[in-house]
Amino acid sequence: MEEIRLIEVKEEILADNKGLADDLRTNLKESHTFLLNLMSSPGAGKTTFILATIAALKSRFRLGVIEADIDSVVDAEKVAKTGVTAIQLRTGGFCHLDAAMVSKGLEALDLTQLDLVIIENVGNLVCPAEFDTGAVKNVMILSVPEGDDKPLKYPLMFTVCDVLIVNKIDYLPISDFDLAAMRERVMTLNPGIKIFEISAKNGTGIEAWTAWLEQETRAFIKP
Amino acid sequence: MHELPVTESILGIVLKHAAANQVRAVVSISLRVGEMSDLEDEWIQRYFDYLSKGTLAEGAKLKIERVPVTIQCNGCQTTYTVKIREEKDPKCPHCGATGGKLIAGREYYIKDMEVR
Repeated sequence: MEEIRLIEVKEEILADNKGLADDLRTNLKESHTFLLNLMSSPGAGKTTFILATIAALKSRFRLGVIEADIDSVVDAEKVAKTGVTAIQLRTGGFCHLDAAMVSKGLEALDLTQLDLVIIENVGNLVCPAEFDTGAVKNVMILSVPEGDDKPLKYPLMFTVCDVLIVNKIDYLPISDFDLAAMRERVMTLNPGIKIFEISAKNGTGIEAWTAWLEQETRAFIKP
Repeated sequence: MHELPVTESILGIVLKHAAANQVRAVVSISLRVGEMSDLEDEWIQRYFDYLSKGTLAEGAKLKIERVPVTIQCNGCQTTYTVKIREEKDPKCPHCGATGGKLIAGREYYIKDMEVR
């Protein structure tokens, strides 16, 4: 009987993706382009939120959008109507974007002509949280109708994000969503997170959010 | 759902080490995965069995050690573990403060492997 021996491996499973993501951030810094990764459940209002963000910042930055969708071009068409460069990554059955896919998307855009690119990640609170896309900042949307227990069910997503957008706050009066409890839960997981309460539909809170995004973008793209 | 690309990465790393060490077969692989991750052990093994067919790692058993979520308190620096999907409002057991630094629970690591 052959002897069984032990080999030490000691490697991070997702090291390749992390390395590629770090390279992407270096390239973005060199081309003076800020990359934002936007994540949420399906139906949280990502596309409406992006459209509201575009409307606020279109006159100040040259914008681009990378849309990830399982198999539809509906969102990219809505964004393209605003006059902003939008490309569609068809992810097929994939549940998330990784750095390699984002890199392909960025190749299709002329980064020398763009200041700010927003990735609309696949609608899902699980898988996108695990994969670094190379973005400079990660933002997630939680919409009021989804419920205030989501940080408990998807703790990783709330841990990896720099910003939490609480969308559809116009629903609060008819909902039992406990904003204070949700805030406390999120702050325990991620004390550094910034929280903006908004309604992408009626425009409430959009100004505070876009002021933050403008400040972060300017800080990153300055020569 | 993202078990497939994760399993592909595991297999790639394992086969690289298998080739470098001139092994005949991989018997088992020990992983450390943080409780923060949503990976399902059973599915990683199933995908692994499928992907590893015809390779040196065919039939290898994955041994997955779960690492609990551990927080270091912002107030008193005590470290404590949290059942992250059960405790609604985790607090420091020493001083009662909420919030802190996540110091474990996000591991995604291949420790070692048994080979022949």
